[in-house]
Amino acid sequence: MSKIAIDRPAQATPRRIARGFRGLSDRALAWIFVGPTILLLLAVNIFPLIWTIWLSFTNFRVNRPNEEVKFVGVQNYSRILSDDDIWLTMQATAHFLFWTLFLQILIGFWLAWLINRKFKGNDLWTTVIVLPMMLSPAVVGNFWTFLYQPQIGLFNYAVGFLTGADPSSFSMIADVTLAPWAIIIVDTWMWTPFVMLICLAGLRSIPDSLYEAAECDRASKWRQFWTITVPLVLPFLMLAVLFRGIENFKMFDLVVQLTGGGPGSVTELTSINLKREAFEKWRTGYSSAYAIILFVTVYGLAAIYVKALNRVKQR
Amino acid sequence: MSSTSITEPSAGQKWFAGALVVAYALISILPLVWIIATGFKTPSDAIAYPPKVVFEPTLEGYVNLFTTRTRQPPEVMAANPPETWYDRIVAQYDMTIVGPSRFGERFLNSVVIGFGSTFLSVFLGTFAAYAFSRFRIPAKDDLLFFILSTRMMPPIAVAIPIFLMYRAVGLSDTHAGMILLYTAVNLSLSVWLLKGFIDEIPVEYEEAALIDGYTRFQAFYKVVLPQAATGIASTAIFCLIFAWNEYAFAVLLTSGQAQTAPPFIPTIIGVGGQDWPAVAAGATLFLLPVMVFTILLRKHLLRGITFGAVRK
Repeated sequence: MSKIAIDRPAQATPRRIARGFRGLSDRALAWIFVGPTILLLLAVNIFPLIWTIWLSFTNFRVNRPNEEVKFVGVQNYSRILSDDDIWLTMQATAHFLFWTLFLQILIGFWLAWLINRKFKGNDLWTTVIVLPMMLSPAVVGNFWTFLYQPQIGLFNYAVGFLTGADPSSFSMIADVTLAPWAIIIVDTWMWTPFVMLICLAGLRSIPDSLYEAAECDRASKWRQFWTITVPLVLPFLMLAVLFRGIENFKMFDLVVQLTGGGPGSVTELTSINLKREAFEKWRTGYSSAYAIILFVTVYGLAAIYVKALNRVKQR
Repeated sequence: MSSTSITEPSAGQKWFAGALVVAYALISILPLVWIIATGFKTPSDAIAYPPKVVFEPTLEGYVNLFTTRTRQPPEVMAANPPETWYDRIVAQYDMTIVGPSRFGERFLNSVVIGFGSTFLSVFLGTFAAYAFSRFRIPAKDDLLFFILSTRMMPPIAVAIPIFLMYRAVGLSDTHAGMILLYTAVNLSLSVWLLKGFIDEIPVEYEEAALIDGYTRFQAFYKVVLPQAATGIASTAIFCLIFAWNEYAFAVLLTSGQAQTAPPFIPTIIGVGGQDWPAVAAGATLFLLPVMVFTILLRKHLLRGITFGAVRK
């Protein structure tokens, strides 16, 4: 995407030395502008990543600094991948990911579709709906434990009021079968607006002329929905899933505050499990390998997904 | 009959859609309203059954949030009659205020770290974004993707070596360390967002300036920056909100000195567990600025949350 000739670095003077800003070539300026950002990211992201990779092949433990650090090869990796508990946390994460994505897409799309009816005051109400997603998940998550309290909690009271159940008869957080849903409910409450906003942008990008043409061809509303609306919003929806998928795979703050991974370990998502290994049991080498496995998983899945997304976009 | 298009929804459809959206909106802000309301309740009102909607507001939660108190024997209470309104609130429970709580400090830490990292990430991000937008840079797409990919790492995974690194260089539990870390995390957002904003400014303005004898840097400084001001401001707010809300790094890397508010608020305890009015008061003070910013930002919201991938 070349713009105009000015954009091109001066070819005749490839290595002009700095003479104040006046004499700087575009090429030199480009590196001065980009350099600090790249350097900081190398120092705070890439250097630690390389360090993690190295640690992942050792038996290093932060809480035993005097112990000899031994190189253990891939032992950490093979241990993690054959550990049943870690597969359970993976399963908990998958359950959380699937249901949050499913509910958020469903409700988010439905809301966007309603807002797109352009009723009076839709801007105001959209802003109100968006509020929860901008707030600190840790602080809000902590407050939800109050709403979830049996008897006095507002959530339990509302459920009791609507279903006739006794509000003190169930505890969303302490019950093994309910806790996974407790975190799904709060995450859905918080992040449905995100999916909604993206879907709304998708819906608004569809030109009216398509529907007018379909109307002239006497296509039913149902058919218009499936042959115009859905395919055209799909790339937007997939983008929303990408963002939410990555975020929820990394999920930590909200769930730590809500359930702390409990009861037992039914809501112990991978990030919480990793935190436990790294900062409570101090198995640094082992948890480094764990971190690398997680990172490769996110990165790999995202890469495959982006390929699919681009294919949908091109259609 | 103002409807001119056959695709325009009918009045009835609009009304029905509006009613459903308003219902959803009201239910979804209920927890936020409840936070604000609980901040003004007494501890016994806060845990009343059925939940109290109408109650007598009190500032007890706010007083408890900002102070530490201790229980006093009746003779001490009698000897020291409460003088101020906040002393009187505390005196109801046979307590006196013995000093400030740590909330003020924690809040201030959030402000310092939030603004410090926002300034740095927007400052660095503006230069980088301009370069990515206007100059030829080898492997530009790869570099941009690399910058974005730093955001994909789970914070806990990054925290392990950062923890070791900071301990080695003495940055653990310091403001500088947290500012540097949040700056790095926010750079991906600021570079991507700002590149989008700068891309939208026509190059012709700069070309005209260059022909008029401006240097490249002057053209950037005097022509592009003023035009990108709105974009820079909204990028700054997004960076600020992220740093403000961040919890994982804060809870792992700070404890005494540089701890921000999010790890602190959930630890506010009273007699027999969490002091919910005080927690809610702290949450209210902490969340309100973000709510205000969200309302101010509503036009750029979509762009910010998608790293500039979706522009309205």
